[in-house]
Parts: sequence; structure tokens; C-alpha cells
Amino acid sequence: MKVTRGFKGKQHGSEETTDRVPPGQYVTEEFPVLTAGPTQQTSLENWSLALQNGGQLLARWNWAEFEALAQTERTFDIHCVTKWSKLGTRWRGVMFDDLLKAAGLTAGPLMYVMAHCDGGYTTNLPVADLMDGKAMVATHFDGRPLSAIHGGPARLLVPHLYFWKSAKWVRRLVFMATNAPGFWESNGYHIYGDPWREQRYSGD
Amino acid sequence: MNLAARRDWQVATATLFRQETPQVRSITFEATAWAGHSAGQHVDIRLTAENGYQAQRSYSIASPAGEGRHVELTVERISGGEVSPFLTDELRIGDTIELRGPIGGYFTWDPSISLPLMLIGGGSGVVPLMSMLRTRYRAGSTVPAKLLYSSRSAGDIIYRDELDTLAAYRDRFDLVHTLTRSAPAGWQGQTRRVDGDMLAHFGFQPTEKPQIFVCGPTSFVETVADQLVAIGHGESAIKTERFGPTGDKR
Repeated sequence: MKVTRGFKGKQHGSEETTDRVPPGQYVTEEFPVLTAGPTQQTSLENWSLALQNGGQLLARWNWAEFEALAQTERTFDIHCVTKWSKLGTRWRGVMFDDLLKAAGLTAGPLMYVMAHCDGGYTTNLPVADLMDGKAMVATHFDGRPLSAIHGGPARLLVPHLYFWKSAKWVRRLVFMATNAPGFWESNGYHIYGDPWREQRYSGD
Repeated sequence: MNLAARRDWQVATATLFRQETPQVRSITFEATAWAGHSAGQHVDIRLTAENGYQAQRSYSIASPAGEGRHVELTVERISGGEVSPFLTDELRIGDTIELRGPIGGYFTWDPSISLPLMLIGGGSGVVPLMSMLRTRYRAGSTVPAKLLYSSRSAGDIIYRDELDTLAAYRDRFDLVHTLTRSAPAGWQGQTRRVDGDMLAHFGFQPTEKPQIFVCGPTSFVETVADQLVAIGHGESAIKTERFGPTGDKR
């Protein structure tokens, strides 16, 4: 450990919250916006979410159909690779488990998923990280429809991984047999992205 | 550059300061294991208190690509911040911090690409864009380039003299300043927030297929990126980096 002369830092936070903050992160009340390009504006009339097995369509929901699926409200801590964490964020949406169920599935047909989004963004995830209550497709944040800058109408929410995995403007979830890197994973970021193991960048 | 290689923390020594504005200081660090970077990338820095408490932050690199061992960061002092006031006020020449990088493979500019380079910066968002302009100059590139740079007032313009010098080389780089709060008497630049008209008038046209980099506060980047799309630039040509509060705490 290399001490920085003169640096004290804020060192605030109770032990309770410190336990909730992964290494190298700091807590913010803000909700910063990190996006590689322009914000996507997708009208609800043109929105749909598809579940695919490779090129085969398993299910597709338009906005009304999606809103008719079982809705879940959950509170999560979220952790961005750019170092901020935001604790106790409240979301509403459809759990990935319930999407599978609605598509008539009990398990993912393949081991990995690529999320595809408006604007061309992609991110890859193991199916196991989406199941058993770990992930949702979120349409509401803090009791209100999710704004476009934060990924509305709907974003993937996988809060136990760095937040780039919680893809904004998600439109297709495509099962794939072997893992493959998405957008940031092809641009120097970690293939899995566990904040507790500080898997920020390739090679971490 | 090998993106898969692990980036280890390395000790870096502050070797040079330059006060850019009252709130902004550039710091050159010497890092003996630094392997160079691409224009537009950033570094992570780590500070450690005597009791072991650590803080990490990311900063854009200001220095040109390919510069061995020396990494220049330009830091804006955020009042009440944990790390930036330390870097702008407390850090002395000869002090050490830890850094690792370079990080990021998307918001980067490669001087071998001949498409026009269109840079739009707000406040300290000019920093990674300056790395691109310095890289362009260093490479002897004559790729047409434009910087549209928005500051609050003339005193807040970062790299003002150096930008003027670069603009005077007549190597196809055009510089346009705009000031959003106050302008001094005789100011020759623009005096309003960047809007679609300004982008259409001073920027490259969509038919010229520019590579576009936008960096600044969130609301600035939102406006600029939306207006660029509205005047016909392709979304995939627009690369953005946003920072700072959104006013959206909930």
C-alpha cells in the first residue's frame, strides 16, 4: 500500500453502508449518465421486447403485453465501473424469471445471453446471472416511468454486476451457446464485470 | 495496444503543474512503467490515506498519444469533492500517487484515419479532445479538424493560448469558442449555448462524414448529441462522454 502524502479523504459512511460498497467505489446521491453515443428515443408504440434462441424467435411482447406481465418492485444497490455506487435504488419491471415463464420456458435454452439495444449497444451475460431473482427488465425508476437518458422505455437491470451490463434501451435478449463480448467488453472492459472482485477491465 | 493485458497499479510522480484557470490545474505525472495511450483514453488514479482508506477516480488524459512515461491530466476542482481539491490544491511536485491505464477503447481517435475530426467540448470536457488535437499536431496530420468549445466565461477557457497557437498553424484546424455566461468587451467568438444552428454553421456537414467526439457535462452532451442527430449526422459517428450531476438524484 502506497500512502499518498497529505490525502485524508472523506472516510464517511457507516459500517452498514460500507459493507454495501464494493472496492474502489464511492457513494453518490446523484444518478450520473454514461452512454457511448446519443440518447435513444423510442416511442412506446414502436417498442417491443423479443426473446430469441439464436435467430429463432421465442417470444415477443409489445408495450401493452409487457405491462400485462407480472410486475415486480425491487430495491437494489447499483455500481458503475466509473466508480460511483448508488444505494437503495427502487425499480419496477418484469423479472427475467417471469419473462422465461411467459415464454413457456423453465430455463434458458443456452448458457449465455447477448442483450441488443436501440442504438446498437450490446452486452453479454451468463444466463445464470439473470435467473433466480437476480435480474429484471425495468420500466420504472423510483415510482416513475424510466426516463430516456437512464434507458427508458426499458433497460436491463443486473445490479450484482457493473452497471454497463444493465443495458439501456434493451430490445432483444438472444440466447447463445458460447460467450462472446458485447460493446464495452470489446473495448477494454471485463467480460463478466463483478464489482466485488473489481473486474473492471480486461485482464482484471 | 493489447486491450487484454492486465493494467496494474503503478506509482506516478507529479513532475509539472500548470494552472489553466482558477479552478483547473494540469498535472504531469511521470510513470516509469507507462506504455503509452491513444488519444481520448483515461486513467484511473488511486489515493491512499495513512489509515489505509483509499479513493479511486477516473480522469481523461490530456497529453498526446504515444508519449512514453509522461501522463498529463487536467483536473477541475469540484467544490466539496473528495479527490479533485486534493489534486488541484494539495498535491506538490515530487508527490506520488498510483495510477493504472490507459482505459477505454471507444472514445479514441487514431490519426491514421482520414475522416474529418469534429470535436465539441463543454468546460473540462475539452480535456480528451485536447489529447486528440495534440496528437493530430504531433503526427503532422492535415486531416480537417474543428473544435467547438463552450465555456462559461473567457477566464474559464482551458488551454486558451495553446489552442490559439494550434489554430494559427493553418494546418486545417478551425477553433470556435462560445461563452455562455459573460463575454469580455471585444469578444470575437460566439456568446450562446451550443445549438443546432451553431453546429450546422461551424461544424462539418453530414455529407463530409466526420468522426464526432462530444465531451462535457451531461446536459451539454445531451443537447449537442440530439442536435447533431437532428441536423443529419449518423448516430454511429457520434461518440460521447458525459460527466457530472444530472440534477436527477432520485
